Amino acid sequence: MRATRLDNGLNVLIQEEHTAPLASVWCWYKVGSKDERPGLTGVSHWCEHMNFKGSANIPRDQVKGIIEQYGGTWNGYTWIDQTTYLETATRDALDRMLFIEAERMASCLYHPDDCESERTVIISELQGGENDPDQLLDQELTATAFKAHPYRHPTIGWLPDLQTMTREDLYGYYRRFYVPNNATLVIVGDVDTNAALRRVEHYFGGIQPGATPARLHTSEPEQTGERRLTIRQEGTTAYLKIGYHAPSATDRDFFPLLILDAVLTGAKGLNLWSSFRVPPPQRSARLYLALVERGLASSVSGGLMPTEQPFLYTVSATANEGTSLASVEAALLEALAGVERHGITGPELVKANAQLRARLVFDSDSVTNIAHQLGYYETIASVDFFTTAPARIAAVTLEEVAAAARTVLAPSNRTIGWFEPLPVGSRNLKATEI
Amino acid sequence: MSLSPARTVLANGAVLLTKPTHTTPAVAISLSLRAGSIADPEELPGMTWLLSRVIDRGTATRSAEDIAEALDNRGITLTMTVTRHLFSIGCTCLADDFEPVLAILGDIVMSPSLPEQEIAIRKGEVVTSIRQDDDNPAIRATEGLMALLYPDGHPYGRRTKGSIAVVERLTRDQLLRLHADRFAPNDLTAVIVGDIEPDRATDVATRVFGGWTKPVPSPIVVPPVAPAVRRRRLVIPMMNKSQADIAYGFTTITRDDPAYYAFWLMNVAFGQYAIGGRLGDSIRERQGMAYYVSSTLDANVIPGPLAIRAGVSPANVDRAVASIDEEIVRLVRDGLTPKEFDESRRYLIGSIPRSLETNAAIANFLQAGEFFGLGLDYDARLPDVLGAVTLDDVHAAARRALDPDRATVVIAGPYGNG
Repeated sequence: MRATRLDNGLNVLIQEEHTAPLASVWCWYKVGSKDERPGLTGVSHWCEHMNFKGSANIPRDQVKGIIEQYGGTWNGYTWIDQTTYLETATRDALDRMLFIEAERMASCLYHPDDCESERTVIISELQGGENDPDQLLDQELTATAFKAHPYRHPTIGWLPDLQTMTREDLYGYYRRFYVPNNATLVIVGDVDTNAALRRVEHYFGGIQPGATPARLHTSEPEQTGERRLTIRQEGTTAYLKIGYHAPSATDRDFFPLLILDAVLTGAKGLNLWSSFRVPPPQRSARLYLALVERGLASSVSGGLMPTEQPFLYTVSATANEGTSLASVEAALLEALAGVERHGITGPELVKANAQLRARLVFDSDSVTNIAHQLGYYETIASVDFFTTAPARIAAVTLEEVAAAARTVLAPSNRTIGWFEPLPVGSRNLKATEI
Repeated sequence: MSLSPARTVLANGAVLLTKPTHTTPAVAISLSLRAGSIADPEELPGMTWLLSRVIDRGTATRSAEDIAEALDNRGITLTMTVTRHLFSIGCTCLADDFEPVLAILGDIVMSPSLPEQEIAIRKGEVVTSIRQDDDNPAIRATEGLMALLYPDGHPYGRRTKGSIAVVERLTRDQLLRLHADRFAPNDLTAVIVGDIEPDRATDVATRVFGGWTKPVPSPIVVPPVAPAVRRRRLVIPMMNKSQADIAYGFTTITRDDPAYYAFWLMNVAFGQYAIGGRLGDSIRERQGMAYYVSSTLDANVIPGPLAIRAGVSPANVDRAVASIDEEIVRLVRDGLTPKEFDESRRYLIGSIPRSLETNAAIANFLQAGEFFGLGLDYDARLPDVLGAVTLDDVHAAARRALDPDRATVVIAGPYGNG
């Protein structure tokens, strides 16, 4: 992998992979929902949508098909720390992919009509998420666990902000953050590094740097006592979620907590883009044994995301039909108290290491996934974080895991959320065929 | 660069397909048996699904705990899939672990013990999962569509997970009998893709499966289905939800229909290309009504469905359905433009290398090819096959498949009784 920085500040990472005649290009921006002030929640994600709607040199009606003509796929996502865009296509599309990303960085249009039509698309996306009680609980739990830090609001934004935000809000935000000195361009695939770098210079070299974007600086005060919330809505299934304030990716406790999560719920790997598509190996994991094998819950999962600033470690369970949330919670807290008091065992450490070793291999099975990993870690920490992760995981000791468990799993550090379903009411009449 | 997998048929009828790749030191294993949900007795829908939840929880020689430890120690998750026709077990493992892992998978497929205690726990999980589905407008709309397109207990129209009442009364003996009747080497395809030489993969697989002997199961005949003769509309009120889901569809063709590739191209242009093809242009891009709208074509052993799906605000349901109608009328009347046709075809042909990049994707592709008898050179032939389709073929496919007057429309969500 070669890292280069252009004169305008654009960070460029290129890695040759000659296993398939493909190339993947990702452009990462250090902007996410943590950069949004009150009243503009959801603006990062909305900008992401707007950046697929034409630019100075890609007319609106030519966006469709611009990469598909090469058999390619494209996408993007926004989360708390980052916004990113990708194309993966045959290697002969490299120039086209770089052209698209340079256009996206410098000359998107934000036509007022497009801003308006996208408002309702995004509200539809938000409402689709609300249809899922587990997602709703996750959103409310996060907002309860954080009092001050902007990680508290959902990336999609709060509905009132989405209803009132203006085209000027969107365009101003775009211009502040979409500058080469706030971006990392990643190319992985069947390319020649020197030739690819010349093409990057060609497309991006003329883009002027911008002022370093001003950031919100808010540290979450230490949580001093357990918090609770209960959502009572019509539904069929009860969900439980516990969130603990957790270390950032670069904190010394991060990898010990990653091991702890593997012991509790099975190792997920470190790829936000692909890891979670295959469930973790968890049949001998502590919380699976405590909840699922005892017939209390139909599923249990743990979530520890590598983030720039301290976020949450969450444990989620779906209560089995007829099982009270109180009994699921009691069993879950008892199992967590066990590791908080006694840490994990030597064999568990060995197993967690083996799982993570395998998952890191599975995480990097395509040019798209490799490129994601390089860009993701360069954006939230540094690419070295990713390349040194296997060694740092292997070096974690039992004592470090025990210390992380004591710190993170302390009762005063947790927020407990319940989704308690109310009986589906008479408003849901019988299905009718017309 | 074509896949050119190696294919071996064992004396007992089991088929082995192997393909070496060296991107990562890992191997994808996919075992499929022709024992999908169509094998459920008519009065016991959900039986195959429950079997899929419990089949890996103990064998004649391994306890559930032994299997859990063996898999967890290697970072492996088994993926169980039940479609209408196939029961599949898959996983990815490190290349070094291939031999012991295939031995475990073979044991699971050939000799499950289905312990009573495990069945009881998995029943609880399945019941909870059915209850979750009951509260999910997207699933309710899709299942409602399939039940109307394939009515009267047709195996394509039944819920794969079955009903709570049936799941709760299924017995171990019934599950053992289903396994005994439907799982046999003659119906097994084992696909192995990854960082392992084909000869070694074949040797190991032959050691695992070569000694399995069982009579050939009697074939399951799927009844034919009559296409809809009038427009139907089903509303499933779910007033506790924020957004409504629309499922709108037709029965279409079999996978071996000569018009399949024209249907495929038609569906890509209509509901997939870029953000949802023509449907996406109209409903998402121009009218801003939906975050997602698309169509899928599932040509199968009997005429499979073409299903259009969209999630929209309740206030926009009628306008979205009207827009789908309009797009269908326009496509049936005028066909595709030459530009749309060319772009869709170039996209499909160009996407072949990308769609075959990972071991798991290659394994799925080879399983589908084996099931439908497409031949070992299918990936190499595909560009020419698609290249032979004409604009008129696609127009004919649209005329044959789509007709608003025969559409089945299901709406699930906060709509209809508010």
